[in-house]
Amino acid sequence: MAMLSFERKYRIRGGTLVGGDLFDFWVGPFYVGFFGVTTLFFSVLGTALIIYGAALGPTWNIWQINIAPPDLKYGLALAPLQEGGLWQIITFCAVGAFSSWALREVEICRKLGIGYHVPFAFAVAIFAYVTLVVIRPLLMGAWGHGFPYGILSHLDWVSNTGYQYLHFHYNPAHMLAVTFFFTTTLALSLHGSLILSSTNPGKGEVVKTPEHEDTFFRDTIGYSIGTLGIHRLGLFLALSAGFWSAVCIVISGPFWTRGWPEWWGWWLNLPVWR
Amino acid sequence: MKTFFTVLGASIAFFLTVAMVGLTDWDRPPLAVHQNGFRGTAMAQVHTREAVEDIRDANRAPAPADPAEPGEELAGTTYENVQVLKNVSVNEFNRLMASMTEWVSPEQGCTYCHNTENMADDSLYQKKVARRMLQMTQHINSSWKENHVGGAGVTCYTCHRGQPVPANIWFTQPGPNRPGGFIARNNGQNLAAPSVGLASLPYDTLTEYLADKTIDNNAIRVNATTALPTSKGKPIQDAEKTYGLMIHMSEGLGVNCTFCHNTRAISNWSQSTPQRTTAWHGIRMVRDINGNYLEPLLSTFPPNRLGALGDVPKVNCTTCHNGVSKPLNGAHVVEAYPELAKSTETANAADPQAPVTAPPVTTSPAPDQPAMPAPAPQ
Repeated sequence: MAMLSFERKYRIRGGTLVGGDLFDFWVGPFYVGFFGVTTLFFSVLGTALIIYGAALGPTWNIWQINIAPPDLKYGLALAPLQEGGLWQIITFCAVGAFSSWALREVEICRKLGIGYHVPFAFAVAIFAYVTLVVIRPLLMGAWGHGFPYGILSHLDWVSNTGYQYLHFHYNPAHMLAVTFFFTTTLALSLHGSLILSSTNPGKGEVVKTPEHEDTFFRDTIGYSIGTLGIHRLGLFLALSAGFWSAVCIVISGPFWTRGWPEWWGWWLNLPVWR
Repeated sequence: MKTFFTVLGASIAFFLTVAMVGLTDWDRPPLAVHQNGFRGTAMAQVHTREAVEDIRDANRAPAPADPAEPGEELAGTTYENVQVLKNVSVNEFNRLMASMTEWVSPEQGCTYCHNTENMADDSLYQKKVARRMLQMTQHINSSWKENHVGGAGVTCYTCHRGQPVPANIWFTQPGPNRPGGFIARNNGQNLAAPSVGLASLPYDTLTEYLADKTIDNNAIRVNATTALPTSKGKPIQDAEKTYGLMIHMSEGLGVNCTFCHNTRAISNWSQSTPQRTTAWHGIRMVRDINGNYLEPLLSTFPPNRLGALGDVPKVNCTTCHNGVSKPLNGAHVVEAYPELAKSTETANAADPQAPVTAPPVTTSPAPDQPAMPAPAPQ
């Protein structure tokens, strides 16, 4: 099998976190590693349990398959398999698989001698998931506060969880998260359109350089963050979106149980005009 | 100059952050959560354990007065000018008067309503209001028993809580007094009013939906009933008014939207909880009370008891509920006061010897009702 140009640099020994040389090999184009094995184990087991859960359920309709967390009465204990126990094991497998994948990314970063930006970024996404199904349920005292695994059922959960606080758009961290999500897409669309247009010049024109790109945005919006800066900004915006999403849900319940509009009472109570 | 504005901006941001975090009355675990839907639907009532205990203590029903000695003599024949309670025995009548004083005017005493020179005198407006309120209580406990108040019923204490004027009454909001200027009109919204939980939603939604007893039954419904639009439908402003009313109901009952609705289909009755039916009737009951019992008192109340627009004080969900889904923690307050359970203006109605229209009225006090939180349907 032919190697890609960068694979020569990638296919070097060492850099493993666990297991030394034991799993330090490739299967075809794929690096294995200790965490590759654990990723495979957790994802196969978790997926099989999801299929088992679907088989126990009333439908094979992909939209309606639902693997729900336990009733709140089970608290932080294990629930019977068919009454949320499956959800608990699947959650354990999911956290195991996601974390293993992040650590496998770390090992690859070490082999390549690059920074940990990629595993760090993925870790923020994992953190948001863990906040939803582990941290917040722990703080609220029951696994039943996690979201159900199902395409439509998890959306119903989101809707009801929002309405538990009467009007979720008043959640300040939700506001930040939404703003970061939109700004991420705005930045990506500005950057993507710039790169596509500068690398696809019209007939008879040459490919544009970064100086040209900078000048375009200095003319258009008065500022250009630069070729390196845009990627730092993009990472910051995207990670902030995920981070504040995690914050907005972990404060809903554990640290604020009333309607979110009421939270803004602090503004009305500022000593300036109280 | 740039440094100055940087420092200024940073300072403002810093102080606002401190105020935001510091002035907010944050909650913290442990929580007491009641599930009221299928697992994983997030239909649950979320409170801190501390708040649950506080609200439970704040809503304890008072112990009923000792039962009255049995007696044949009727209040209507013994006393003058008894109009509502005339078919109640004298002992029963005096017991109720003493309880009403405890419930409504414990500090002011009998003289809050009565001219002590002549107890039959109607010169004080409070007495005329109290008479109408007795009729209202009997009406609620009989006509609304099946659909809203159930066996728990209401007494004066349900709303009054030891105060002559209940804490949670409301008037029509006149809105800001701005004859002109930059924001002369506010479309009736954006005031962070407590009646809508400090949201920017229309602040006078109660007048429209709770004060008008002849309102169209579907006024509150804004969701379409068909998959595709068949007409223009209702404007988004109507949805905001409905949202405002729903926030009022949530705040008044100390519950969130999922107490009644599965929000995946808010308008769908088959996916809603049984509590939604009770609430639907409750809205009608409030209109009935406001339209038939409070509005007619307009000329009885002195001007200082009326609102800014000269309207009577009115009730809403909070007036009785006071932050719990079952007023007074669901205590069966009316059992110890059978004379409040139905009209006593006609003979027979409250005669303990003639249980024709109702089960025998017992004079024994209700069993000391343990304060129960609303049962959470599993």
